Parts: sequence; C-alpha cells; structure tokens
Amino acid sequence: MNIRELTIETALKRMRAGALSATELILSALENIEKYNKIYNVLLTVVDKESLLGEAKKIETSGYDKPLAGIPIVLKDLFSTKGIRTTAGSKVLKSYVPSYDATVVKKLREAGAIVIGKANQDAFAHGSTGENSDFGSTSSAYDVKYVAGGSSSGSAVAVALGMCLASTGTDTGGSVRVPASFNNLVGLKPTYGRVSRYGIIAMASSLDSVGHMTKTVYDNALLLSVTAGIDPYDATTGLQRVPDYLASLSSLKSLKGITIGVSPEYLVVGKKVTDGMNPILEKQTEEALAVFTSLGATIKEIDLPHTKDALETYYVLCPSEVSSNLGRYDGIRYGKGRDAFGLEARRRIMIGTYALSAGYYDAYYTTAQKVRSIVCQEFEKAFESVDIVFAPVSPSPSSIVGELVDDPMSLYLSDIYTVPVNLAGLAALSLPAGFVGNLPVGIQIIGKQWSEDRLYAIASSYEKKTEWYKKGPIL
Amino acid sequence: MKYTPIIGLEVHVELSTKSKMFCSCPSDYFGKKPNSQCCPVCLGLPGALPVPNKKAIEQTILFGLSVGCGIAEESKFDRKNYFYPDLPKGYQISQYDEPLAFNGTLVIARSESASDAAPLSGASPRQMAGTRNDKQIRIRRVHLEEDTGKLSHMTIGGKNVACIDFNRSGVPLMEIVSEPDFRSIDEVDQYVRKIQQIIRYLGISGADMEKGSMRIEPSISILPASPEQQRGEPISNTTNTTNIEIKLPDYRVEIKNINSFRFVRKALEYEILRQTALLESGVAIDQETRGYSETKNATVSQRGKEDAMDYRYFPEPDIPPMSFAQTQISKLKAQIGELPDQKYERFKSDYGLSDQDSRQLIETIERAEFFEKCVHSAKGLLSSKEIANYLINQKTDTKTQTPIEIIVRIQGSKTFVPVSTEIILEVIHKNLAENSKAVADFKSGKEQVKMFLFGNILKELKGQGDKKKIMELLVLKLSTS
Repeated sequence: MNIRELTIETALKRMRAGALSATELILSALENIEKYNKIYNVLLTVVDKESLLGEAKKIETSGYDKPLAGIPIVLKDLFSTKGIRTTAGSKVLKSYVPSYDATVVKKLREAGAIVIGKANQDAFAHGSTGENSDFGSTSSAYDVKYVAGGSSSGSAVAVALGMCLASTGTDTGGSVRVPASFNNLVGLKPTYGRVSRYGIIAMASSLDSVGHMTKTVYDNALLLSVTAGIDPYDATTGLQRVPDYLASLSSLKSLKGITIGVSPEYLVVGKKVTDGMNPILEKQTEEALAVFTSLGATIKEIDLPHTKDALETYYVLCPSEVSSNLGRYDGIRYGKGRDAFGLEARRRIMIGTYALSAGYYDAYYTTAQKVRSIVCQEFEKAFESVDIVFAPVSPSPSSIVGELVDDPMSLYLSDIYTVPVNLAGLAALSLPAGFVGNLPVGIQIIGKQWSEDRLYAIASSYEKKTEWYKKGPIL
Repeated sequence: MKYTPIIGLEVHVELSTKSKMFCSCPSDYFGKKPNSQCCPVCLGLPGALPVPNKKAIEQTILFGLSVGCGIAEESKFDRKNYFYPDLPKGYQISQYDEPLAFNGTLVIARSESASDAAPLSGASPRQMAGTRNDKQIRIRRVHLEEDTGKLSHMTIGGKNVACIDFNRSGVPLMEIVSEPDFRSIDEVDQYVRKIQQIIRYLGISGADMEKGSMRIEPSISILPASPEQQRGEPISNTTNTTNIEIKLPDYRVEIKNINSFRFVRKALEYEILRQTALLESGVAIDQETRGYSETKNATVSQRGKEDAMDYRYFPEPDIPPMSFAQTQISKLKAQIGELPDQKYERFKSDYGLSDQDSRQLIETIERAEFFEKCVHSAKGLLSSKEIANYLINQKTDTKTQTPIEIIVRIQGSKTFVPVSTEIILEVIHKNLAENSKAVADFKSGKEQVKMFLFGNILKELKGQGDKKKIMELLVLKLSTS
C-alpha cells in the first residue's frame, strides 16, 4: 500500500472497514517523506515519528468516526501550530515556535486529522512559483527541474508525492490555485470570510483566504466542511450558514441549465490566440471547457473589462497591507532582525510603504480601492446571467527553476487570472485539466460569494468525466 | 509685548471595560505581575486577529453623547503604522477619518487673563445664554484606539536594559481631541477636571492620572495679544468680541503624555515662557514634539518638523466597518444618568443651594447621592442648606457614616432649650405605644423608622431638648421595648 494511491475518501473507507490502520497510513507517508523530501524540498518541519505514531494509535483505539480520523495532513508553514516551528518560509521566523494553534489547525485536529509536517512556501507567501522561499525552491512533483508553483508550493507537492492526503494553503492572489494546478490537484480558494484566518500569518489581510488542496473534489468538500464557519476570533468570518458540501456533490444530474461565463480577458475561445497565453495550455483549457458543454452546460460570453486593472490594483493593495503586516518583525521579537528579510519581502515593503505615504496615498491606495469596487461590481453583474465563470489559472505551465527569479515583473503578470477573484472576495476552485508534456495544467471555476457548494456540484460532474487526478507523478 | 497662549488638548482615557479592546484579556493591569495578562492578540503574535470590544465602543459613544457630540452612523478602525518597542504589531489600531463621535462642546468658566480673546477662524461661537462667564470649548472628535505596552528602563545584573510589559497592550483607550480654544492654563485645568468628572459620572473609567488611566497631551503656541490686551484694558462687555476671528500661529508645540494636573500646568507655564523668550528675541518657533521632564521641570525637544511621523494610516482590514442605527444610539442615550452640569442646576433649584455649595456637592456622584440621602432622611427636620453646610465644612467621610448619623450629629450640634429626661422619656413612651407597627418594623431591621419616630418626638417637644440625648434615649427604648 502506498498512500500516494489513496484519497481521503478511499483511505477512510478502508480504515472504517478495518482493511487499513492509521499507523500504516502514517508510516507510508513518512516513507515518502524520507524518500522525496530532500530531492523536492517539500517540508520544512516534520513532526517526530514517535508522536505521530502515538496520535495514530489514539485514533485506532477510539475508532474512525471523526470526519478526518487518522488522515495525515500537511500545513503550509503560515499556519500557527502550538509547539511546532512556524517559519512562513522566511529566515526572519527561522526559530519561531508559536504558543497557539490557528483556528483551522484546531478544527482539523478535532476532526481527527494528524498534522505530519509544515510545508515549504514562498517567504510570507510572496510569490507564485515557490522560488521565493528563504529555505530554497520546491520542485514540481511532476518534474523536479520545474517549479512547484506558489506560494503554497510544499503543500501541493506534499499531496502529489504522498506525504499526506490533503494540505492547507492560503490564497491571496492565487497561492492555492496555482500550485494545485501545477501538481494536478483540486485547489480551493474559498469566499473571503468562509474560513477563519485566526492564527495564520498574514500576507494581505483583506485578500487572504484559507484554502486547501486535495486529489479529488470529494476530499476537498470534506475538508471544507471541517474548516468552514464563523470564528469568534476572526471578525471577518461571515455569518452565512455552512451548507452540506458533501451532499452538494451529488446534487446535479447533469450540467443542463448551467450557464458558464467566459470572458475574452481570460480566454478567447476559438482559433484566435489569447494574449500572453501558452498555446498548448490554451488548447488544454478549451478542451476542458468543451467537457463542461458536453455535460450540458451552455457558454455565455461575458465582459470583465477591468481584469488588467485588477492586476495593477492588486499590486498596490497587497504590498500596502504587506508593509503594515510585516512591521512587527522589527528585530525585537522572534530572534531575527530585518536584515533577514528576503528580496521579494523587501520589494513589497518598499512598494507598500510608498503607496501609503502622505502625498501618495490618494493616487495609489485610494485609487486602487475604487478600482477594487469596480472589479467587484463587474463580477456581480456577470453573475446575474451566469452560474460560474470559467478561466485558466495561469497563462503558462510551470517554469524551470531559476528561469524567472530575476524577472519579478513577468511573475507578477502571471497572476492575472487569479488575483481578480481575491479582490472581489469570491469563491474559486482550480481543477486538473490535463498536461502540457509531463506538466499538469489546471482551470478554475469561479462562483459568487458563499457558492462553494455550487462549485463542488459542478466540479464533481467535470471530475467524473475527466478523472485527471488518477494520473500521478512519474517518479 | 504681551502674548496670548493658544492651547488645544488631546486627552487619553483608558476605559475600565472588563476585557481589553481586541481580546479577552483583563484590562485592569495596574499593579499586576508584568506580562501576566496577555495573549497572542495583545502580544501581536503572527496570525492573531483583533475582535473589537462592543462595550468599549458603547462607552465611547456614551461619552460622546455626554458632551453633545454627533455620533457617526458609519465608522471604522484604521491602522496607524509606526515602530516603537512597546507596539508589538508595528501599528496601533486607532481611528483616523471616521471617529465614533465628533463636534461636541464642554462648558467651562471663562478665565482669560487680560480679557476675552477671540475665537479662531472657523469657530462657531455659541455663548451660553446669559452667562457672560461661560465659555464653550469645542471638542473636535472622540475616538477609540488601543493602548501600547509599557517600557521600563532598569539595571539588571549591572546592565542597562529596557523591559516591556504587555499587560497594558490593547487596553481600550479613548482619545478626546479639543479645538485650540484654550487661552489660559486655568481654562485647561478646568476642562481636564470636568472631563474627568463626566467620565467618572458615566462610570466608564477611573480616569486616574496617578495610575496613568488618564493622560494629557497639550499643543501650544503663542500669539501677540490684541492692542487692547497690550494696554491691559478689559474689553467692554458691549463689544461682541466673540465674532472677531484670529489667525492661528503657523506652528504648534505638542507636549507628550503628561500624567498629572500639576505637570500639565508646569509644562505649559514653562512653554509659555520659552516661546515668549524666543519670539521676543526674534526667533521663529519650530513645529515640534516635546516631552515634559519632571526632574528638570522643563520641556525637552523630542522630534522636530523634519522627523514628523508619517503614520501611513489605512483602513484596518481585519475589522469590518461599523454602522450604528439611530435606535441604537437612542438606547445608549437613555442610559446616561444625570450629568454634573444637570445635577448642579438641579441642586441649586431643588435645594436652594448657592453656586459654590452646589458645585462642591456634585463633585462626585457618591457625594451628591449622599447629600440627597441625608436630605431624604432628615424628613424636613433640617433644611437642605444646613445639611449642605455640614457636609461641606466637616469634610464628612461618606463611606464610614450613614445619613442618619449625620442628621443626628447636625441636630446635636444645634443650640437647644433644655428639657428634663423625664419629659423626654414620657414623650418617647407615648410615641412608641402609639406606633407599635413602626417599632416592629425597626426590630425587623428598618433603620429608617428611627427617623420617623425621632421626627414625631421632636415635633411633640416643639424642637426643644438635646437632640443627641433624645436620639440616644430613643434608641435605648427601641432596643429594650
């Protein structure tokens, strides 16, 4: 048995049937960690074997009733874990051990999940390739020469390589969806306020959302039913009822009656090439769209004209909040001084500080807030006539490690399809959409706020038809 | 040349809510073991998030309403970014452009040395009806923020170190910002004491300067006085001076965090002298921030204009904006009891007290209540004025004495026509016999009954006899009957 061949759904089924134990599951995960962690640079901290096996034993004796009983998970290293080092991928926090668990960590533990380790990431989540980690870049599970995608890089690769069955990530401008799509996974960027941010080291507080990556849509829905909901420790969590996500998976017989919006700003359907997009990736994306139509959905062209402005807006608002959120690492606490900040963090602190300065605030921050409102309104208007919006995740597949490190501008530009969703606080799900060579690519379906159940229902139909998740990495 | 000081005030008050502004740690930090009352939120640990304290918001609105402020229908918190070791997040959560309350006023007695000074341009001068000596200080805004940690500089093991105590970090701090309407130190003093009094009446803070729960930051500049003032002439009452507008000086000196009334006065006195000397010698005064040094009895420059902070305010993304319905505000308004000014007027009209007596008795809500209890207990045996005089002159300790004891004491201190013990006892007996229900009530613990019987007996004796002795005998008979 290799955990890599399992999903949460199949693992739980086997454990509940007595055909598999939590201990076996943990041992298999540890074996994969032992084998691949050095090569792919996935986990920054692995919980010691003794205590993992202790946790597994506990589950075995108490039974597998809990929703995630005995499921090994990996947390992005932004998630505060009591007693387990939490670095945010930055040297600044190299030796920081939190005194408390993030709300999501607490919830996952209470649901029976076993935290096996903490995943590498772009430092403070600044990046979309994983190369900005102060602890070295993480490689794609599908080709070690290529980047994993970021910023939740280690989280994605850990699932793909069988170091766990699910992982958490944060998505501020695509940081769950991009690495998920580069590693053939289902990645959730939930509605802003759906999942508590308490205890998760902030990048840009008004954009951060707490998601996760799994192999299948079922696993993804299962995880959200554990993590979603109001948190008295996070004033920005929404009062909205948490629907039964697992029940929603079988709520659609077909996609008949579902209208999918496609905007030329994201994808020009047909022979014409979408500006700035890799042509093979475009072909895969259009084929994925065709799957939806084959299931009965209708396509409607919509207009999201401020998409490019959204990108610029993002790169004003995000660094502004970053510059404030990173202020606390002033060298007095946490053991390391400001000189420990990496280049990208410095860049964002500088940009953000500038944008918020007296005399520039109106031109940058205020203008950006206005554009943000417009982006929200455009999506709202689009959702009047469509159920979901279909879009690529990234304009190109994974790049070779080191290729784009010195070109921050083109890296920023690659976030164009993901950041508008964060600006508008919407829900989005990235789904596997095939391969360009050996490299996986993904598509995303975007829904209005609080529509995760709807996204899961539609994604479930798509997944049944495509079953891309079955194609694991060649190791 | 003579100068008029132009002073504005920022008053910081720590609210005495049970928990801190953004977490559930206790906010009462005074005298507690350092760093014993903190959590990830008030330590600013990575990932921690603020959840605002509803009670603190309501208390700030209560104060705002008490000084005639408008209450924001929409308000929000903002981040004020700056670096200081006692500020663990690198920013303070405060309010920038949408304070909870704004445009209030506080009435004090005018006290301008030479004569009236004019209000500033843009002022809306509103004299209190008929009272020439009342002056309105405009309150620009009242907002809510969080207190910082506390730094202590000490020597440990021969090394000079700075220690940070985060017990204070995150305690709700209400900031009251006045317009630069003060023209004398005396006015400043009156205003600050009155703010303190209102806050104590509302019960939202001890506003104790010694404990640091009230801190004051004056801003001061000086202006050459008007020609009349230069000549030392009082401006005649017929001149409507309030409509003359003056131009603010082009600088102001802010004095940080003063924690006693005495030091406010001393710091301002020093600044007036310093600034006068500078202007006299033809030196332009720089905009700057200064601190008051108790040991030097002087203000010391901390930060010049060039080093002025750019706080890079922006809306706090971790806290959703707030909105207040009119009904909510009305409900809060209904909670406000009688405020010092109202009590002062009522004491004058209800009890016929002088300005002076009324002011003294309403100084604290406890004192005012004690006075009213005494008046009630006296049941007409003593005039309000007699009670007021006694309470004011004897510096009565209201904690250890009951109103009844006070009444008896006042009665006992009056001159009287002697009456024999036999007659007194006779009257007492008669009264106890006629009022068996009252006697029973007394036995079941109703102290008040004693005053009722005492009153009857005094009436029967036509006010004659030693009141103290009468009471003693009454109590004796009551307890043995």
